[in-house]
Amino acid sequence: MTDKQQYLVREEPFYQPQANEVALYEAAYAARLPVMVKGPTGCGKSRFVEYMAWKLGKPLITVACNEDMTASDLVGRYLLDAGGTRWLDGPLTTAARIGAICYLDEIVEARQDTTVVIHPLTDHRRTLPIDKKGELIEAHPDFQLVISYNPGYQSLMKDLKQSTKQRFTAFDFDYPPAELETAIIARETGLAEGTAARLVKIGGAARNLKGHGLDEGTSTRLLVYAAKLIRQGVDARDACRMAMARPITDDADIRATLEHAIDAAFV
Amino acid sequence: MADARKTVMQHPQVRDYWIAVDCGFPQVGEVFEECVYEALTSFSQAEMDAYIEAARFLGKMGRGPEPILAFLEEWPSIAGTVGTAALPAVMTAVRALQKSPNSAAIAPLLQTLAAVARRLQSQDQLQAYLDIALDLMARTTGSIHGRHATFASPGLPGLFRQAPRLLDLLPLAGLKNWVDYGIRNYGRHPERQAEYFDLGTADSRAVLQRERRGTLFADVERKLDLTLRALWGDSDQLVPYSTAFHELRQPVPYYDKLGLRVPDVYEDRAGVSGLDRYRAVLAHMAGHRRWSEAQVADNWSPFQRMAVEFFEDARIDTLLMREYPGLARILLALHPQPLEGACDSETTSCLRHRLAMLSRAFLDPDHGYADTVLQEFVRRFHGLLAAGPASTAAVASLALAYVAKTRRQSDQYAKVHFADTVIDYRDDNRQLWKFIEEGDEEEAFDEPRKLEPGEELQGLPPRHYAEWDHRSQTFRPDWVSLYEALHPAGDAAAIDRLLQKHAALAKRLKRLLDLVKPQDKVRIRYQEDGTDLDLDIALRSLIDFRSGSTPDPRINMSHRTDGRDITVLLLLDLSESLKEKAAGSAQTILELSQEAVSLLAWAIERLGDPFAIAGFRSNTRHEVRYQHIKGFAERWDDSVKARLAAIEPGWSTRMGAALRHAGHYLAHRQADKKILLLLTDGEPADIDVDDPDYLRADARKAVDELAAKGVTTFCLSLDPKADDYVRDIFGSRWRVLDRIEQLPQTLPQLYLQLTR
Repeated sequence: MTDKQQYLVREEPFYQPQANEVALYEAAYAARLPVMVKGPTGCGKSRFVEYMAWKLGKPLITVACNEDMTASDLVGRYLLDAGGTRWLDGPLTTAARIGAICYLDEIVEARQDTTVVIHPLTDHRRTLPIDKKGELIEAHPDFQLVISYNPGYQSLMKDLKQSTKQRFTAFDFDYPPAELETAIIARETGLAEGTAARLVKIGGAARNLKGHGLDEGTSTRLLVYAAKLIRQGVDARDACRMAMARPITDDADIRATLEHAIDAAFV
Repeated sequence: MADARKTVMQHPQVRDYWIAVDCGFPQVGEVFEECVYEALTSFSQAEMDAYIEAARFLGKMGRGPEPILAFLEEWPSIAGTVGTAALPAVMTAVRALQKSPNSAAIAPLLQTLAAVARRLQSQDQLQAYLDIALDLMARTTGSIHGRHATFASPGLPGLFRQAPRLLDLLPLAGLKNWVDYGIRNYGRHPERQAEYFDLGTADSRAVLQRERRGTLFADVERKLDLTLRALWGDSDQLVPYSTAFHELRQPVPYYDKLGLRVPDVYEDRAGVSGLDRYRAVLAHMAGHRRWSEAQVADNWSPFQRMAVEFFEDARIDTLLMREYPGLARILLALHPQPLEGACDSETTSCLRHRLAMLSRAFLDPDHGYADTVLQEFVRRFHGLLAAGPASTAAVASLALAYVAKTRRQSDQYAKVHFADTVIDYRDDNRQLWKFIEEGDEEEAFDEPRKLEPGEELQGLPPRHYAEWDHRSQTFRPDWVSLYEALHPAGDAAAIDRLLQKHAALAKRLKRLLDLVKPQDKVRIRYQEDGTDLDLDIALRSLIDFRSGSTPDPRINMSHRTDGRDITVLLLLDLSESLKEKAAGSAQTILELSQEAVSLLAWAIERLGDPFAIAGFRSNTRHEVRYQHIKGFAERWDDSVKARLAAIEPGWSTRMGAALRHAGHYLAHRQADKKILLLLTDGEPADIDVDDPDYLRADARKAVDELAAKGVTTFCLSLDPKADDYVRDIFGSRWRVLDRIEQLPQTLPQLYLQLTR
């Protein structure tokens, strides 16, 4: 039997609720409804799921999806062994067996033929058929499926099928309002509120450029990185350039604009 | 005319010099004494001798009194800026002109030399300037049958006449490029050359604009657009105005319903880069747009209004700096620092000076002004803004209080103190005022702009493209104005009827399409991790394992998708000739094109490749129309069909600009293969071009440029005689369709072949 303990979240992650999402999630979990978390990158989706797993005291199995991922990466596969072949459970199967919260991060990155394997787990059946093995797994009563995706990058190819979307209850996340984001950065990194507010201001400038050459604005995560660098004693401008301008774009004009915003934000 | 040599100079020293110069022109005699006195104040004895010696040479050249007059009058001031050591260089240049047929240019050279020297400031620079001029002389002085230099350079006098203005705008390297361009393009055309160097032609000014010193608007437009959006959450059209040819009154930035108006170039000033100056202007205007409200101007005097403008501008700047403290560096560097007491209130109107000081004090905590009224108002101003952004009306009443408190009789004087009071990043505040009654002295900016009949209200401002001149092997900068717009819509049902007519063909095409359609899954074997167990390999590995040899662990297999990643833009030539009947068919070329394009669009839609359609036509270089029929993101639906149905041919075929514009859209797409498919029925031509090779060479150049950007251009020509020129333009990527009536079949098939 798999060691359930290793998947438990041990320390309380810092999560700053923006609205009543914690209570709503608890209700969804109580009814064992599958949950979808939408929002731009680095706005706190994964942190929220981690926090909820800690709050509910359930193990959390996270799978980062990518386009080379196949159904067998989720369900499991045969491996070669001394006695022939041996079956190895995939993360989804493990979660269904031990009753964990299975979190599929960035689900749209996975190909559509992969995502359909979660269908039987997400409706009233709550089962996972493993056709290669000829086994039908009944999901553990504590099992819950959570997916996240970022509707921001608008590739027509990367969208969820309607039949997948309609199996989930959803949370819509966005970057928090300026004051709240300032508080989050200050709390997460111990940076002074004044400097944190400046970082949020620059982040806001970058977010204004979304769709005008930037696919995504600067995430809260990058703001936190910048704050951490500043806490390391790095000059605020250098930290901002390193964490907030260079990573998000290779476009010289946009970078010049962001650097201007950085210069303008600090005295 | 009396011989001036007999004139007797008063001063004995001057008399000696006059004898040494030995000049008979009476005009020279009149000014000689004065010139010598001026020279004597700064020149040493040796320098003085050189001065007189050079004058003597110029007077004896036999070119009239102008050269010696100009030299005598200008040299002392030239020597004052670049030093007397520059004299040999100048005289060498003069001798070179004298020996060539260009001696008529000596007078213009010497007449503008003082102004040129003031702008160049050093002997090396002056030498470089003379080298450029002599180079021009050498390259444009004409000869007949290569025998003898006989014709003077037509451009040289113009260059000397315009030199001060040119050097105002251009660095020396830019002047060199400007001269080179003139020589290359007009080297063999005396009248045009003279016009070019006298700044008389459009491209002369265009090249000048390109070479100007400082930050050109055209180079930073996107950065400015992004800055406005990112920092101020604002967006509007940025419209440059020209600063090159206004000498008396420089225009000031402003904004109105049509956009934000900014100068076309900014030089670095006060340690602030040109780009940052643009940003300061944008920030200030964005601040007005965010925080200012228009005030009724009728009841206030011009002084009161000026004060309100200063106060309101200072409020905006304060709020800007509150938003972005780092802007203070830029704004304070650009804001003048008027000296306290610089203005004499007995004789001069000092209100501007007082307000400029106050404005400085509002923004700069370290202003250091001692005036108590000023300090009181600085306190009141900051008190007003302490709680929030306050309002235009609130600072206006503070401004009125200030005017009342500091009023002086001398404010009415005509002589106004202007020094250090112009704050050049601020706009002219025309949006700050509304007038209830139309005054007789006010300019009414808020009057609704009357549209001339025929003028289009909607549509983007023109985009300028360079054009390649094959004779001189140069680009003519900003030569073509291209206007883009959405094509007007017609009746979509017409296109559906055309498609119905080709139902049988469509069926055949559909079979073809199914064959090309990406076959999505390809099996990859020998994978350590994969989707499925590959039984053959697994068994073999097991046998290996059991028999004691090392098994192959790669027993899985997986799949990969084999998709196509092609983006296509179909560019249609919509010129007049489309109206003609196709040979051997009852239909016009237009109708056949519409059928073909509909079928192709339908086919590509089924394949799922991103696809756009646009049309172009031209009416001289000033008006190339580029019309969008289908965008990449649009589906092949009724609105697109309606636009295709409404195609109305007209005008000519200026291909280069349209290709460049289409290519610029394609270059921004993400795709493995980008195809520009051009459907045309003739060669490039326009009514303002006589030389048929000119537009061909330009189209060829455009195709090369696109190839460098990763865009493949393919031409389908309906002109049976096209073989003569398509190869020149498109290399190997073209096809001529002899039987036009087959176009509907051919176009989709051609596309499939191209993309297989």
